[in-house]
Amino acid sequence: MVEIPRRSLLAGMAALGAGACAKIGESEAGRSAVATADGWHRAAHRALAGKQGLVKEYAPSERSPTFKGNGSLTVETPFYQDQLARGFPDWRLTVGGLVEQPLSLTMADIRALPQRTQITRHDCVEGWSAIGEWTGPQLSALLDAAKVREEAKFIVFRCADTLYGRSYYESVDMVDAYHPQSIVAHSLNGEPLPEKNGAPLRMRLERHLGYKHPKYLTGIEAVASFAGIGDGKGGFWEDLAGYQWYGGI
Amino acid sequence: MAKHALSTRLWHWVNAAAIIVLFMSGLNISNAHRYLYWGDYGFDPKDAWLSVIRFPGWATIPQHYNLAMARDWHILAAWPFGVGLLFIWIAMLANGHFRRDLATRPSDWTPAAVIASVKAHSPSGEPAHHGYNAVQKILYGGVFGVLLPMMVLTGLSISPGFEPAAPWLIDMLGGRQSARSLHFLAAWGIFGFFVIHIGLALTDWRLILEMFTGGRREAAASVAPTPTPEPAPPVEGAIDHG
Repeated sequence: MVEIPRRSLLAGMAALGAGACAKIGESEAGRSAVATADGWHRAAHRALAGKQGLVKEYAPSERSPTFKGNGSLTVETPFYQDQLARGFPDWRLTVGGLVEQPLSLTMADIRALPQRTQITRHDCVEGWSAIGEWTGPQLSALLDAAKVREEAKFIVFRCADTLYGRSYYESVDMVDAYHPQSIVAHSLNGEPLPEKNGAPLRMRLERHLGYKHPKYLTGIEAVASFAGIGDGKGGFWEDLAGYQWYGGI
Repeated sequence: MAKHALSTRLWHWVNAAAIIVLFMSGLNISNAHRYLYWGDYGFDPKDAWLSVIRFPGWATIPQHYNLAMARDWHILAAWPFGVGLLFIWIAMLANGHFRRDLATRPSDWTPAAVIASVKAHSPSGEPAHHGYNAVQKILYGGVFGVLLPMMVLTGLSISPGFEPAAPWLIDMLGGRQSARSLHFLAAWGIFGFFVIHIGLALTDWRLILEMFTGGRREAAASVAPTPTPEPAPPVEGAIDHG
């Protein structure tokens, strides 16, 4: 019958298509098409939700029983282990880069700022979700205190943890940096941040997937571009494996 | 007059390509966390309602596990898929394809209508005719009205960047992990349709050709603006309306 060769032809075409996908995906044109599509998603999300639109906040009873740790689960340096054992007395969070007034804050300084508590859902890029209550100052309060300069376009987060021999870092644009739910969290479910969840400080950038919420935070840096930072793609996973810089989808 | 409007043909092939890319890259994404949950949260395999198999490389884009690249393809193909769906719905409502071929009447949901549909589709039946039988209306209606929109809505719901635009949508779907489960289920529903659709199309190669050329609708159609070309199943465009 005629059907048989036609079907194997179709199967062959499908296989060819799938192989071609890999080639297209790695090409320059393919990469720029993907970056464009990703940018459109960001623009669409912000057009539909507004730049300051809030994600849902849950009731205490809706929290997940535990909060999964993923990625780095600790920092293996003696300094970190010592600080962890003693409640982070010498931990400093710096706010620098393109700012008028660089800051170096202790944990006490951070707890003394006006606080925001929010029960939000954390969605990992892998697909799972957990819900927890986070407390900390809004990132916008720190940026305002440091007086971010006009030319700054992005906020980069520096971290103490390393994975695959590289320092973790992440970044967002100014819209996300000044979002009301972007906070520097020092506690989870009313307790100081557990080690696996990024003690003593982690970012909450609620409109993004989990890899955009850096843990073990040491520095906040206002920059005009990603040139000279990591491999220049704006984040650890972006550099290492080509993850999307916009983590809202 | 063409059997398939140009808008239908264009959408059909663009959508076919988009769906293949979305499905195969989606299987790769599924491999990242192979457990499905109901409700808002879910991360512990113990709480999963379904433990999904690991999809083999030949079924995924790319053909090895790579979440970042699979997401690139998914994020890219989501645009022609989502915008295309909006386009074809507008076109179908405007050109009468929906009213004529997809809108069902109570009589389409009877066993007699189903039997008549199967008979009309038997190999000894008439050559490719226009006018959808009851089973076709129900199946195509289910795909256009339920499965395809469900993919867009659940896909948006599992995107945290979209959430502030419609937090009620996630609640309506039963929470973020429920939306993710429904995304997976609707994808397999579409796959099921895909298999039947291709199986039937391969029984007569002219059907495939017509999806490129547009084909031709039977004689009387060109005279009346509301075509009722075939007497076969109980289809009458004019009465159907309203």
